Amino acid sequence: MTDYTPVEMMTVAASRVLSSTDVCFAGVGPPSEACNLARVLHAPDITLIYESGTIGARPCVLPLSVGDGELCETALNTVSVAEMFRYWLQGGNISIGFLGAAQIDRFGNINTTVIGDYRKPRVRLPGGGGAPEIAGSCDQVYIIVRQSTRGFVETLDFVTTYGHGKGGSSRQDVGFSTAGPTLLFTDLGIWAPDPETRELTVVSMHAGVSRDQMAATVGWPIRYADHVEETPIPSGKELEMLRDLHARTCAAHQIHK
Amino acid sequence: MTRVAVISLDEAIAEYVFDGATVAFEGFSHLIPFAAAHETIRQRRKNLTLVRMTPDLIYDQMIGMGCAQRLVFSYAGNPGVGLLRRLRDAVENSWPNAVEICEHSHAALANAYVAAASGLPLMIFRGYRGVDLPRFNPEIGKVSCPFSGEELAAVRAINPDVTIIHAQRADRSGNVLVEGIIGMQKEAVLAARHAIVTVEEIVDDLAAHANACVLPHWILDALCVVPGGAHPSYAQGYYRRDNAAYREWDSIAADRHRFQEWMNENVLEQDHTVFASRAIASREGHD
Repeated sequence: MTDYTPVEMMTVAASRVLSSTDVCFAGVGPPSEACNLARVLHAPDITLIYESGTIGARPCVLPLSVGDGELCETALNTVSVAEMFRYWLQGGNISIGFLGAAQIDRFGNINTTVIGDYRKPRVRLPGGGGAPEIAGSCDQVYIIVRQSTRGFVETLDFVTTYGHGKGGSSRQDVGFSTAGPTLLFTDLGIWAPDPETRELTVVSMHAGVSRDQMAATVGWPIRYADHVEETPIPSGKELEMLRDLHARTCAAHQIHK
Repeated sequence: MTRVAVISLDEAIAEYVFDGATVAFEGFSHLIPFAAAHETIRQRRKNLTLVRMTPDLIYDQMIGMGCAQRLVFSYAGNPGVGLLRRLRDAVENSWPNAVEICEHSHAALANAYVAAASGLPLMIFRGYRGVDLPRFNPEIGKVSCPFSGEELAAVRAINPDVTIIHAQRADRSGNVLVEGIIGMQKEAVLAARHAIVTVEEIVDDLAAHANACVLPHWILDALCVVPGGAHPSYAQGYYRRDNAAYREWDSIAADRHRFQEWMNENVLEQDHTVFASRAIASREGHD
């Protein structure tokens, strides 16, 4: 099957790395979408955790907010937000934090706070929410975001969520013992940190994507792995399940596209 | 301890929410006390410090109506829709007035409530490493573990003058049951000097299991029966989230004039009894 969008490719690629043994803290939007696609495709026993306190949520439709009733109704258990952040997250019980981003830099640091100066912002974004501590306390972090020159910037306007800092050993130097961002999924490819410099490096490009396209959507000179793979295109089953999930979600939330 | 007073919502707001107060209207996407916020707007309260993890539409409305002087929060979006346009207008353009912001992460603000609920001046946690927010928020500090030397983040306790929450039901003694996504309601109530709870209904028996989230009557000050009082958010077991209202808000809040007209028509010219029919309409819209 070849009829798919770059965003569908992004979601499918992200879903493939998740498995039934993962305990995954899912941000709402594209991260939650990839996690639930994995759950209905090949990871039926994945534990999905949302910051509203729901543990083991199995939503039939994608949540519009982290606090949707669907998450609580399908979860194994729902705890308070304080318990979620203190015991389950900070206590070291979550293997993957799956985040989105407004701005990201080459070391996987994320800005979701402001565009411009913090005290006099050009655009006031929502802020950190759970992300700063999710990125600190989960064993590793996956990020999913579409590439654009506005989003993939040389220098962040604000560091909301720490990734690999300025690269090298910076993450350990500021006191983290967790791995931080290990995979970045975009509409054009898959990135992973270089083992030494920790700079995000392109390890796979989606079918039909050129290096010119990559360069035109990223605000820094891109580094490529020695062997850049081509991401396998979505299977018929993957696309069918993703589109079913979308159709159910739109019907439930009365969204008319 | 005195027994909670079952009074009308307008009486409760008049008695406990004063100009300049620090008020937490809590409820994490669920059970957001919109009716109480609308009553506060109608009573023209000013210079409030508004505390809430997710300001949501409820604080977008209060900020746009000039109730807020300061905002303490940890995620300022319209969930699933986008940004909060009245909040942005206040922060970016000081309209209708400048609003000072005190911004946290979720973990930090949750810990600030836990500190206050625990009777402590601060809470420590593993967070804020390497990021920019501590440079702008003096309520964030650092401490060294006296045993290991590990550097940890500290956050000052938040003790609201009043916390206001919405819950499913109370019994005839005024004990309150909160079910579903319970967010920070218990901590925010225990952190505050006074607590107002609006409920869907009063029942003979709460039917709460031994570990349920129950707030005993003697830690509450005012109990108000306001069916539908969380609309357009939801009350699990009673009515669902009105997602259409959340989406529609984006265009209402995008324009100052349209916002004011909407607030006149739907808040200033109404009273809290209108919420029951809104929740019914929301329920039927989803069935």
